[in-house]
Amino acid sequence: MQKNKVTCILCPRGCTIEKKAQGDTFEFTGFGCKRGMKWAKEEFTNPKRILTTTVHVKNGEIDFVPVRTNIPIPKEKIFEAISILKGIEVLAPVEIGSVIVKNILDTGADVVATRRVGKKDSSDD
Amino acid sequence: MEKYKVVVIGGGPAGLAAALESFKSLDDKKVLIIERDKFLGGILNQCIHPGFGLHYFKEELTGPEYAHRFIEQVIESQIEYLTETHVIDITPEKEIVAVNKKGLKRIKTDAIVFAMGCRERTRGAIMTPGTRPAGIFTAGQAQRFINIEGYRIGKKAVIVGSGDIGLIMARRLTLEGIEVKAVVEIMPYSTGLRRNIVQCLDDFGIPLLLSHKVVKIHGKYRVEGVTIAKVDSQLQEIPSTERFIECDTVLFSVGLIPENELSKKAGVVLDSKTGGPVVDNTFSTSQKGIFACGNVLHVHDLVDNVTKEAQTAGRYAAIYSQYSELFENNIHINIVAKEGIRYVVPQKLNKNFVQPFVLRFRVDNFYKDAVVTISNAGKILIEIKKSILTPGEMEGIEISQKILSQLEFSNDIVVSLQNI
Repeated sequence: MQKNKVTCILCPRGCTIEKKAQGDTFEFTGFGCKRGMKWAKEEFTNPKRILTTTVHVKNGEIDFVPVRTNIPIPKEKIFEAISILKGIEVLAPVEIGSVIVKNILDTGADVVATRRVGKKDSSDD
Repeated sequence: MEKYKVVVIGGGPAGLAAALESFKSLDDKKVLIIERDKFLGGILNQCIHPGFGLHYFKEELTGPEYAHRFIEQVIESQIEYLTETHVIDITPEKEIVAVNKKGLKRIKTDAIVFAMGCRERTRGAIMTPGTRPAGIFTAGQAQRFINIEGYRIGKKAVIVGSGDIGLIMARRLTLEGIEVKAVVEIMPYSTGLRRNIVQCLDDFGIPLLLSHKVVKIHGKYRVEGVTIAKVDSQLQEIPSTERFIECDTVLFSVGLIPENELSKKAGVVLDSKTGGPVVDNTFSTSQKGIFACGNVLHVHDLVDNVTKEAQTAGRYAAIYSQYSELFENNIHINIVAKEGIRYVVPQKLNKNFVQPFVLRFRVDNFYKDAVVTISNAGKILIEIKKSILTPGEMEGIEISQKILSQLEFSNDIVVSLQNI
């Protein structure tokens, strides 16, 4: 999906940045600052997002552990990554930061737990 | 009866930060946190999306990660806490009545910090007509069901309200394989952060229908759809603009209200604009020895600000347990919100603690190129130019020692907004 307009998300101003072809190169207009232009360039060429979701936990004090990719992954791989994570079950206890899936879809990103999940009943009186 | 110096009610981000700060400031370390859920961390536990901590930790964390940093400190410091415990009453003598599995508990304390957070407005609050089938949730309730309990709550959804929670749930439902038909917003603008509109709606092509409202919910056993309509500038439905959207799930994300049932019982004076207690710069409420912070005080958009505010409240609660005479009544000047400013927090300044603090406020509308001024006795103390001001973003102005030294204490401090 190629777009030629993006809304900058770095500050509340929310500039609309446009990309126009100038022969072989591109011209960017509408940005309010250098950071915004840098952000927009990446957003046009390779938009990336941090993915967060939950994964099943077996024998845990809660049944799902929240997880995230440790770095942003390409936007178009998000749904594929989600479907992989839907099929996974990890065994409690899970430590915060433990790697659930290494290098998911060859993106270089690890999926890590964002919460500690103890074993079932281990914390009860 | 057990005795404490400071008891914090609520174990979310505000309660954790307040307790840690009280604990640091006290010599005899008698601090207790009371939490009604099974875990500390509050609503952050269900906010599994990123975006927390950018200001406080200078990195982007998820809700559980943000909470974890404070929970860990609480456990390391061996601060006492009770989970699955409900506070049901507070007396003016600061005796707390709480109930849990083991029965009723009475606790005596010198100071109390209210950190009970807020609750969601529901369908009833905006009086949406129609039937009452299954499939209607508040956004936060749906968030808990999906992110913690792991339920599949529906197949096709319409979200009412485009604040941050509504936007974030639009993305979350989409990732869970639930089709979000539309986000319906009655106002001509979204009160959500720009980044959330881009990352939660635009990324997935979810339509945001501004100046629209749900005029009817259909369905006998399960939601079968909603009728939406355009509204005019008076927010009144425009005839013959109705449209039916088929769905089995409706999420309401129509605002938050500070949860002040306990505060009312304790006789705390509330501010009609914020819905939370009136406080001074020590976060002391109108009841001596009762402090408030976090979303029970006013609804925040960033948890980072909650943490900072709660630390101040916790520190002063600890000071109160030693020097309560510094918090007498009639030692205040008022901080007043005028043109363009919907509310300010704190609403008062305690003359015994004329120390730098952050004045937080929200504006009442969208403003471009405006000036916020803080004045006292007819004299302008601060003028700050802002290129953009929106009701959705809480603003803060640092009130420095230099400014405080120019104050005339017989006069109000006035915060107002002027167009350039």
